[in-house]
Amino acid sequence: MLTFLRRRIVSSAIPLLVVILGVFFLARLTGNPANLYLPLSATPEMRAEFAARNGFDQPIIVQFGDYLAQLSRLDFGESLRTAQPAAEAVLQAFPATLQLAGVTMLLAVVGAVVVGSLAAYRPNSAADRGASFLSATAASVPDFWFAIMGVLLFSVTLGWLPTSGTVGAAAWVLPVATLLIRPFGVLVQVVRGAMVSALSAPYIKVARSKGAGDQRVIFGHALRNAAAPALTVAGDLAVGLLNGAVVVETIFGWPGIGKLMIDSILQRDFAVLQAAVLLTALTIFALNILIDVCYALLDARVRQGVAA
Amino acid sequence: MTATMEVDGLSVDIRTPGGTIRAVRGMSFAVHSGQTLALLGESGCGKSMTAHAVAGLLGPVADVAGGEVRLDGVDVLRLDPAARRRLAGPGLAIVFQDALTALNPVYPVGTQLAEPFRIHEKLSRRAARAKAVELMERVGIPEPRSRAGAYPHQFSGGMRQRLLIAMAVALRPAVLLADEPTTALDVTVQAQIMELLAELRAEQRMALVLITHDLAVVAEQADHVAVMYAGSVVETGPVAEVFRAPRHPYTRGLLDSVPSGAERGGRLRSIEGSPPELASLPAGCAFRERCPLARERCATERPPLVETGTGRASSCHYWKELADA
Repeated sequence: MLTFLRRRIVSSAIPLLVVILGVFFLARLTGNPANLYLPLSATPEMRAEFAARNGFDQPIIVQFGDYLAQLSRLDFGESLRTAQPAAEAVLQAFPATLQLAGVTMLLAVVGAVVVGSLAAYRPNSAADRGASFLSATAASVPDFWFAIMGVLLFSVTLGWLPTSGTVGAAAWVLPVATLLIRPFGVLVQVVRGAMVSALSAPYIKVARSKGAGDQRVIFGHALRNAAAPALTVAGDLAVGLLNGAVVVETIFGWPGIGKLMIDSILQRDFAVLQAAVLLTALTIFALNILIDVCYALLDARVRQGVAA
Repeated sequence: MTATMEVDGLSVDIRTPGGTIRAVRGMSFAVHSGQTLALLGESGCGKSMTAHAVAGLLGPVADVAGGEVRLDGVDVLRLDPAARRRLAGPGLAIVFQDALTALNPVYPVGTQLAEPFRIHEKLSRRAARAKAVELMERVGIPEPRSRAGAYPHQFSGGMRQRLLIAMAVALRPAVLLADEPTTALDVTVQAQIMELLAELRAEQRMALVLITHDLAVVAEQADHVAVMYAGSVVETGPVAEVFRAPRHPYTRGLLDSVPSGAERGGRLRSIEGSPPELASLPAGCAFRERCPLARERCATERPPLVETGTGRASSCHYWKELADA
């Protein structure tokens, strides 16, 4: 298990370097921060002084080298806008995103396991068809459209829910629902498919021949066999959720890392943007490793390197 | 003497997009405790379907269409699901064909062997596990204590079949159905598995229903045989008598197609033609088109299973001609 983990971490290093490289150069294509931070009437001397103070006067390769050197000391630079350390700004915003994504993922997984399993229990029954129709619809709804319609109906017309903010349970409803709808729809379909094939396996008949009841058969014998495909897709969806947070946080004014990224792009706040992207990338790598660990825990054949 | 299990007129329908197919048509047989009944027939004749119907394990597209399965006089097909589950294990158990797919790949075998005790006897994990280890020892798994934590893929085919048998006999069932338990195994291992089944049957006084297409297995293992063709029993009786003097042309054909050492180098004999499509079974006798004795009556009148002697029955209109010959 330890060698397995070490191998996974080493193999994540190269993609991580590519991310660092990409963000650094792409961020600098967004424009010159001097145009934003200095008055329109700024003299060339003032601009030169601004560039020198922030190191923008150096050749870009040198700037990149300096940045890497900084990173190696775990120094992520400072915000242009607030002079706050970039790491601090990012770590302040991150919990809000993690909470939002965590609650959403928890609801999606639990909901999909229940709905998908029940649908798979009697394939082609009315309940199965209903679940398939609803999940296909949920999986196809564009989240930004759903968010805007939700705000129009529940916030503007009915006045039940706030349009933005994080205070109180009501503020969570629309952002979570917006993020939830697609992953839930996709996961129901994946869980259903995996459960249909698990439930038709001979070991299910054997379990029944031992007198096992429905609950034991579905959640004891079949679910663990159906877990691998569901886990793969859930991991993908969780990554999508971190990215989707950009849209949802912008629409609902949720003070998370997505909103921070958008703000720092608009403000040409390179250090904060780089730190935010880096942290997101690290989270995604960690998530993938976690999923691999889950596979191994669920199935001894993965643990022992036997093809399943 | 009342039979431990009597199957009476059992029919099973399979629902397909093209319509309903009757895969088992009025199966009747009986089996006594401590004895072995072989259900003999070729692939697709409804042997496995019969076993699954008896054990209450038909899939979502198949249903029992009629008949009774009496276990000590009680019709299990009429029991409610909870009562039926209580019988699954102590009343009726089944050993499946392919032990690799019949064991759940993600749980240690000890856990799976302990399950009958957990479900029926409500034993603690620890106590059930101890029973599982005892069972593994009984069926001849070396080092059962340490092997109980291993997973199905870590066992050989023969060992997996032993595990499956252990699981089936865990609660000392009155009736054990063994659905081609040796088909997936090497010949040498096959003999060991059959021996184990015979031992357990004698030891636990079980009624054993052995489903097979292998005439040699029937001759060696079974007391009685029920020969199946196209979803029903065509001939039944004590193995020695049926094999010595078959009273149905299908049984006769099967026995004739066994090569004998005396005819070395000669052509192998077989039954002409192939079994009928169950979806479009002809009226009258299902074996008619392949039968050397067939005549007009066979095309219109389905022959019932009639007694032809003590403990023997045949469903041929002209069984007497075979008996006299």
